Amino acid sequence: MYQFNYHQPQTIEEARSLYNKSEDGLYLAGGHTLIPSLRQRLSSPSDVIDLSSIAALTGIERQGGVLRIGALTTHDSVATSEAVLGHCSALATLASGIGDAQVRNRGTIGGSIANNDPAADYPAAILGLNATVHTDQRDIQGDNFFSGMFETSLWAGEMVVGISFPSVTAASYVKFPNPASRYATVGVMVARIDDGVRVAITGAASCVFRASAMEDALSSKLSENSLDNVAIDPDTLMSDIHASAEYRAHLCGVMARKAVAGL
Amino acid sequence: MANISVNLIVNGKAVTQECPANSTLVDLLRDQLQLTGTHVGCDTSQCGSCTVHFNGRAVKACTVLAGQAEGADVVTIEGIGSRESLHPMQSAFRECHGLQCGFCTPGMIMAGIDLVNRGDASDEASIRSGLEGNICRCTGYHNIVKAVASAAVEMGVKEEAEG
Repeated sequence: MYQFNYHQPQTIEEARSLYNKSEDGLYLAGGHTLIPSLRQRLSSPSDVIDLSSIAALTGIERQGGVLRIGALTTHDSVATSEAVLGHCSALATLASGIGDAQVRNRGTIGGSIANNDPAADYPAAILGLNATVHTDQRDIQGDNFFSGMFETSLWAGEMVVGISFPSVTAASYVKFPNPASRYATVGVMVARIDDGVRVAITGAASCVFRASAMEDALSSKLSENSLDNVAIDPDTLMSDIHASAEYRAHLCGVMARKAVAGL
Repeated sequence: MANISVNLIVNGKAVTQECPANSTLVDLLRDQLQLTGTHVGCDTSQCGSCTVHFNGRAVKACTVLAGQAEGADVVTIEGIGSRESLHPMQSAFRECHGLQCGFCTPGMIMAGIDLVNRGDASDEASIRSGLEGNICRCTGYHNIVKAVASAAVEMGVKEEAEG
């Protein structure tokens, strides 16, 4: 295992101060990407700052039509929360399909979005459900949060503290999971919010994206048939051992239709 | 890199243990506390051999840092039954021949218990999906699934008798 200094702050302020003092610090949430990355030397921080003791980062609250989830809330807590199920069951469905039971007992929503794996599920929820990411320094609109493969608009040392989801009229998430890892080969979130339709696709490209052609087609009529003549350009998608870009483009259409059918 | 001191409960006993800062929970259990029933297969959170209960829930101990276990209540395969009185899940694995080489078995048993405790072992499909995080490379899963289903009945009966 890669060597590092380990810290377990009790408050956000203490975590921030430890980060500022460290040569090359990194925040640790559930650790289900970071710990394997440390072992494989893909990540090599001088200091690991474990956020798990900071009570303010955990919990789920629904107030005034807004669902707020603390950054350190586990996938399992989201999947089984009455508040989440009452607010947007698609979000609970998405969380219940991440990884496996043990991973869902440790992995967190804040860790997932800060990591921004191109095949992670949560980024599709942030974009598709028009969420807002709260950090220790500012609020970031979901549309402006993800900037590239494993890249976000977070500043160095900026910490995700929570995510707010506005109320949705209807939402549905369907993914084609990689059979071994359960990461999304392609995952599509379709949501109707007020008068608009949002479609967010993860797994297909190097970063989650909104499929504007699908959104336009579904805005005029929210039905599967509206997607008949809408194609995603394979040139914008990833190709790897799991799926070619052409296959991913095909899956985008299939998963989007299934998601619309599930609304 | 400094050592850290971790206070936790392991199989019902309070433990304070010094270990290197980069130790994982499974390092602490196996190398420091000599609880070698918890196995390490892949060491990258794929195979589930290292599954233990962490505050009552199944987790992969290779992907938890020792420091993260500060204050936690950890139960390993050594903590669920005894040679004289096996846990119903252990008995079911024996009865149903839910193992061949036995390497994955501690993890399967700990994951199976969590699955039953959560009420997610009601049918074959839910057991198979609940064990997605555990990989067996020799028996195939048929008898493992059978064992978890059988233990679920046994554990349900026991709970009702106690409740």
